[in-house]
Amino acid sequence: MSQTHSPVADAWTPAQIQAVIDAHRSRPGAMLPMLHAIQDRFGFIPDEAVPMIADALRHTRAEVHGIISFYHHFRTHPAGRNVVQICRAEACQSVGSRQLEAHALKTLGIDYHQTTPDHEFTLEPVYCLGNCACGPSIRVNDDIFGRMTPAQFDELTDELSTTVVEVK
Amino acid sequence: MTVTVYVPRDTTALALGADRVATRLERGAKARNVDINIVRNGSRGLFYLEPLIEIDTPEGRIAFGPVTPADVESLLEAGLLEARQKHPLSLGLTEEIPYLKRQQRLTFSRIGITDPISIEDYTALRGFEGLKKTLALESQAVVDEVKTSGLRGRGGAAFPTGIKWQTVHDQPPGQKYVVCNADEGDSGTFADRLVMECDPYLLIEGMTIAGLAVGADQGYIYLRSEYPLAHAILDEAIERAVNAGYLGDNIQGSGRAFHLEVRLGAGAYICGEETSLLESLEGKRGLVRAKPPLPAIEGLFGRPTVVNNVLSLAAVPFIMDQGGQTYADYGLGRSRGTLAIQLAGNVKRGGLVELAFGTSLRELMEGFGGGTLSGRPLKAVQVGGPLGAYLPESQWDHPVDYEGFAAFGGVVGHGGVVMFDDSVDMGDQARFAMEFCSVESCGKCTPCRIGAVRGVEVIDRIRAGESFEKNLALLTDLCDTMVDGSLCAMGGMTPFPVQSVMKHFPDDLTPRQAVTAGGTTC
Repeated sequence: MSQTHSPVADAWTPAQIQAVIDAHRSRPGAMLPMLHAIQDRFGFIPDEAVPMIADALRHTRAEVHGIISFYHHFRTHPAGRNVVQICRAEACQSVGSRQLEAHALKTLGIDYHQTTPDHEFTLEPVYCLGNCACGPSIRVNDDIFGRMTPAQFDELTDELSTTVVEVK
Repeated sequence: MTVTVYVPRDTTALALGADRVATRLERGAKARNVDINIVRNGSRGLFYLEPLIEIDTPEGRIAFGPVTPADVESLLEAGLLEARQKHPLSLGLTEEIPYLKRQQRLTFSRIGITDPISIEDYTALRGFEGLKKTLALESQAVVDEVKTSGLRGRGGAAFPTGIKWQTVHDQPPGQKYVVCNADEGDSGTFADRLVMECDPYLLIEGMTIAGLAVGADQGYIYLRSEYPLAHAILDEAIERAVNAGYLGDNIQGSGRAFHLEVRLGAGAYICGEETSLLESLEGKRGLVRAKPPLPAIEGLFGRPTVVNNVLSLAAVPFIMDQGGQTYADYGLGRSRGTLAIQLAGNVKRGGLVELAFGTSLRELMEGFGGGTLSGRPLKAVQVGGPLGAYLPESQWDHPVDYEGFAAFGGVVGHGGVVMFDDSVDMGDQARFAMEFCSVESCGKCTPCRIGAVRGVEVIDRIRAGESFEKNLALLTDLCDTMVDGSLCAMGGMTPFPVQSVMKHFPDDLTPRQAVTAGGTTC
């Protein structure tokens, strides 16, 4: 509801990135809000943004790079149209998330942190979505799904692929 | 006449189709020419019954659940909108459902009842009464009340909240902060999420009271990015609270100020550790800080800072409204008040159970939880998150309290209870504990950063049967090194689940061609 993942990485220009940076640079502890804003707007944090952020916040480029790479949430490459996160934490393991993981990796044909060649899906691991009484849980963009089975996973990914085609 | 129907909107209800249930209800009512008012309330936390819909009647609310979208038509046919209880999903009066009725809800007294963002709903159920009483008191009196309550941090370390507040209160005047640790990242926990999604003003009120008590006029909620719905609801609630004069420069005309802002984390588990969290809020990598100095003396931006968990802050409005002693009258030993227990994992009736400290794990898992979802025998339970020990059956009869649990190596932590049936391979779980640490370690100290990686390797060698005895001894040593040598609880507690598997489930650590509960092979 709040920040939606950009389904397709938008094009960006240095001026647009600078505008986002300028909107946040004067906040106390501006770095994370700034990085979130850039990723929310453009779908990822382009390499070219790093020196601009460094300049705005008086950091070194290495520091900015270190911060981006420290946090699992930030990505430096565009994601697929749907970001699928599978919960790998214990509560979900106890009700079959390991099978679900294996199934998802196999059917999408990619590993974690990778995107399908058609750019439909990016797969990411996540450690807890807070839906622990009704696992296994996955998150697709900002929607969370509980009691997920391999069969339901196939249905869902099918539906998501179809929807995109229809929109086009 | 308009029929009021409640359809919850918390993450779990939504994950199980609550939005589609609401849509079909609306459509069905329209087809029947019935005037319907659908209120999107929070969840009661009875997740095994979600989506749990309720009809308002003069006798009270009547519940139906779990309602799938496919059930809606038959519910309407059976007279749902006339509050007839002929349908198999009918549960009678909500308040009489035993799972709910047997609880002692102090902090969660409002969840699931109100529309989360309605200030009118909140104040109708004693909302902001604690704040009003706080505004009439000297700050020291507020700190004293919290001390009297015996409230301890619900985040993990269980440090007395009143003492922490006193330390910040006693620092010289100047910029101070209240930081809410809303980075609830422990597997099996969802109580913070319920507070923020279902009763956000409770947290806002608790933080405002904290600010008034210690002399801080700025608060931050450091929220994990995995909770987008909580983010949206909190932002909206804060805006409404400002407009209604419960936040801002002049709270309820008192001339006193408190400002509040949500800041998003970025998927780093370690940022639940308070010093990492402060680093992250300052815009840095979330590296753990060595203590001292304590955050209460040098915290956010070098200023005195109260860092409290959501549940600690959410307990405060009750304490200020009803009195610290009333709160302290619940509990056991030095564990005062209530604990939000979260029944999760392989559980038949999962959900939130708020009870005074002192109930046994077995009563929780069997009496409330109803045993495993799979119907197979329970084998192990992990309490207190991914860094908590796996407890075997011999330990299920201990009452849940901080000191009692610590005595046998257990961790109450944030109150998460994750149940496993007998298909679990505990060797896999031990390996996962190390793997999780290797992914989530902040990397600042060697025992945690390197130890976790080596831990995975050693467990793999043990399970492959390679120099079994030697590697088992090595794992013992490695665990000791991590416990004694790590800078914070991440590395210091990661061995707890591993050691508990070595001690209580040694058969699962023997060499094998493992085909595990989850079907992965090692």
